Amino acid sequence: MEKITLASQLLQYLITGLTVGSVYAMVAVGFNIIYNVTEIINFAQGEFVMLGGLIMVFMNVAMGLPLILAFPATIVLVTVIGIIIDRFAIRPIRRPSVLTLIIATIAVSILIKGTASFIWGKDPFDLPAFSGRNPITFLGAVVQPQYFWVMGFLIITAVALSIFFDRTILGKAMSACADNPDAASLVGINVKQMILLSFALSAAIGAVAGITITPISLMEYDRGAMLAVKGFAAAILGGLGSFPGAILGGLIMGSIESFGAGLVSSGYKDAFALIVLLVILFFKPSGLMGSIEISKIKRF
Amino acid sequence: MSAGIEENVLELQGVVMTFGGLMALSNLNFKVRRGMIKAIIGPNGAGKTTLFNVITGSFPPTQGTVTFNGRPIQHLKAHKIADRGISRTFQTVELFGNMTVLENVMLGCYTRIRTSFMASGFVLSQARRKEKQIRENALKILKFIGLAHKFKDLADSLPLGEQKLLEIGRALASEPELICLDEPAAGLNETETHVASSLIKAINAKGITVLLVEHDMKVVMNISDEILVLNYGRKIAEGPPEDIRNSPRVIEAYLGAEA
Repeated sequence: MEKITLASQLLQYLITGLTVGSVYAMVAVGFNIIYNVTEIINFAQGEFVMLGGLIMVFMNVAMGLPLILAFPATIVLVTVIGIIIDRFAIRPIRRPSVLTLIIATIAVSILIKGTASFIWGKDPFDLPAFSGRNPITFLGAVVQPQYFWVMGFLIITAVALSIFFDRTILGKAMSACADNPDAASLVGINVKQMILLSFALSAAIGAVAGITITPISLMEYDRGAMLAVKGFAAAILGGLGSFPGAILGGLIMGSIESFGAGLVSSGYKDAFALIVLLVILFFKPSGLMGSIEISKIKRF
Repeated sequence: MSAGIEENVLELQGVVMTFGGLMALSNLNFKVRRGMIKAIIGPNGAGKTTLFNVITGSFPPTQGTVTFNGRPIQHLKAHKIADRGISRTFQTVELFGNMTVLENVMLGCYTRIRTSFMASGFVLSQARRKEKQIRENALKILKFIGLAHKFKDLADSLPLGEQKLLEIGRALASEPELICLDEPAAGLNETETHVASSLIKAINAKGITVLLVEHDMKVVMNISDEILVLNYGRKIAEGPPEDIRNSPRVIEAYLGAEA
């Protein structure tokens, strides 16, 4: 056994924090995608993560599909669920106000949670780690190989999304819907299709987060709400709508939680995220990387 | 569209638009010949913008038909009508304010490239080629409207005159057959108005039919081939500028019965 020093202890907290933070970041990115197209805060975002984890468990463990097949299959399935949500819970609402739609997403999240507890029961499920569970020791800190998968997928999603939104006309068409939906439909953009796409993309990213984190922290039916709150706090911290902000916010949020749990008390783990959320809302509601100007013209 | 070459690009028959009890358009009939500049004038509240909203599908007419290139379009959604080849600008400028000048025009091309919609989004090499093509096309349009030097600026940061030009540029990017301009000269100074009128003529010279709502009579009289006058949602006169200028009914509508 190596001697545990304070430095290695802190490093351990940091690494754990960044891993958990990567998941929050992916949830926050999911919030932002839908928010940027519709100005809706989709409170079912956490359920995508939960579904990603549990469906993966079903595919990989129960059905015995190999990882390489189960992974994409899970993403596709969760994406389809995202599409169904838009098609049957969001689109049919007549003359929607942003607030009505947000409330609809809360209803959807309750419905998904209930259905999940029906299907999977109330016990947490485990998933084999992608490349084993032999920890690597790094400067006295223990690193699970799965940590790299989580952070790696965050990087892949971040790069892919920034290319998509900055470089492709489809990505720009999606942002145009949030900027000015009337003008968007008059230049020939099918706004409803873009909203559908935003739900699909968010669901896919949520699924990735859920699949990668389950081998570390297990997954159960009611995990979604807390993940949504923390991801939302991360999105607010980074500035709602900003992708770099969401990633930074998620990583900071994860670290605060991890250091707080390690140094103060693990019983208050969940409280730290909420404290951060409140502090940000009181003192800098536009977040770290959001612009005040933009937040003024947004309806929400 | 290959619906044969109709002489009239646009034709409205018996168009009625009511909002609750208010009749904004009542039994409106008119035609727009291919290649002309047609202006719609009338006092405030005459129904000019409503008419544009009906033509471009912002809301369907209560009654009547709108025919574009020989096919009815009154039941279509706005983005479908844009697909068919009608584009428009707004009285109150409706740009994508948080995007750059170039991006605004690029999004205008959207209807023309959507055919390979999924491909352009997801196959990288193809996407890059498409993007380049769209970009070059957008830059060409910016040069045409005289905003090429500002391509990196945010649309919101432009002065009103240039925002109006940019909106016209975005409308052009979809390669429309008919472009509907809602008060392109409103709020512009003399020089800007002059720039806007010569731009409208240049657009028309490219073979694009122009439908124009405008209050500035100097602009209307100078550039239109034909004028339609509305008052309280009814057509009260239609004809070449010189006829309209001298029509007693038009003068009455504008100045009141005593005049």
